[in-house]
Amino acid sequence: MQVVRLERIEQASQNVTARSLGLVACTRCHLAWPKEVATCGRCGHKLQSRDRKSLQRVWAFWLLGLMCYIPANLFPMLQTRTLIYRQEDTIVGGAIELIEYGSVAVALVILFASVAIPIGKFLAIAFLAISVQRPSSVSKSQRQLLYEVVDYIGRWSMIDIFVVAILSSLVQLNVLVTINPGTASLFFAMSVIFTMISAHSFDSRMIWDAQEVDKESAKDE
Amino acid sequence: MTAHTAPKPRLDLVVCPSCDAAFTLEKPQHGERAICKRCDSVLITPRRKAGLQIIAVSLAILILIVAASVFPFLSVQAGAAHNSVSIIDTAMAFRDGPLIFLSLTTVSLIILIPMLRVILALYVLIPIVRDKPPARYAARAFRMTEALRPWSMAEIFAIGCAVALIKVGQLVDVSFGPAFWMFVLLVVLVVIQENYICRWSVWNALNKPAKT
Repeated sequence: MQVVRLERIEQASQNVTARSLGLVACTRCHLAWPKEVATCGRCGHKLQSRDRKSLQRVWAFWLLGLMCYIPANLFPMLQTRTLIYRQEDTIVGGAIELIEYGSVAVALVILFASVAIPIGKFLAIAFLAISVQRPSSVSKSQRQLLYEVVDYIGRWSMIDIFVVAILSSLVQLNVLVTINPGTASLFFAMSVIFTMISAHSFDSRMIWDAQEVDKESAKDE
Repeated sequence: MTAHTAPKPRLDLVVCPSCDAAFTLEKPQHGERAICKRCDSVLITPRRKAGLQIIAVSLAILILIVAASVFPFLSVQAGAAHNSVSIIDTAMAFRDGPLIFLSLTTVSLIILIPMLRVILALYVLIPIVRDKPPARYAARAFRMTEALRPWSMAEIFAIGCAVALIKVGQLVDVSFGPAFWMFVLLVVLVVIQENYICRWSVWNALNKPAKT
């Protein structure tokens, strides 16, 4: 597939943004309007050159997500009942048990998906939110990439919830063996949903604005 | 500008949604793609006959979602005990107390939202492909499909099945029902549909005045 790189409006050293042209682009349909327009005439979405409350929303949902993530790890995710025993597994507990049984690979996949990814996501969103407010040593394109990865990977954490749903509807064999969902599943789902909203609230254009703000503040001094 | 002249959008520009860089519009040929010079986001990817192909794939997805939700999906056997479930049963697994919210969320994420997105996409695309003026509220409908995109999780559910099978494989015998294979096909089609659709081209087609 051939790639056409779009040329800038003018070959200047500085990037031309919609904002510097006095325009505002719709975040849904990407149409550029003069900045005084309040709602996009094409798709009806609210127009905002930069969402000032974006960071507040990011942090609010980030905190909610983190608060739900703690009980998600303390309470049992699955409750297994067989003829001879009854067992309640937390996320980490279930993985450790799998290691004891010898399925190390599966345990590592579970630990990666339900522990490493959520924690990594919290750290990444926090880093991005902090980095747009103070100078960062990480380049903009790397941060943009990080944002895209976080945004993409966020949904995949729901996999745990689906596994619990499949297991607890499928394994209902009366007295022999039954699996039921535990309280943690609710908290885990909420944590995933809140962190997804947090990541979506982040306006990635702020990453690219940072430099211009630095220059402006340097001028003021 | 006076208050009497309605502000006009700049149709001659393309603005990158990720970094706000503005470019003069230069429409790529079919099969080419235009990417942002500043942050490398893909902006425009037109394809020949994409509209018709997306409509065909969307119809197939719609039929598969309905069929896959009602047919048995997986069944387990341990000794004489046997149980087989459909996707609806799976989604309704969280029945006790506050977990009912989880059931509703799961049904929405794996059945309702993917279905709604496909129906809205068909509503938007069919008039465009037939060279008719866009349907009423088509732009709003397409905005909604775009907003719902991250919340459509059919493909994640499919991977969840694989993990679940590994987990209970040792405990009980699991066999696949017809809906399982429909769901696998569904996931492939959803991915194809997502990658074929050029959002800029759809929005551009929606610039024409809608049918009233």
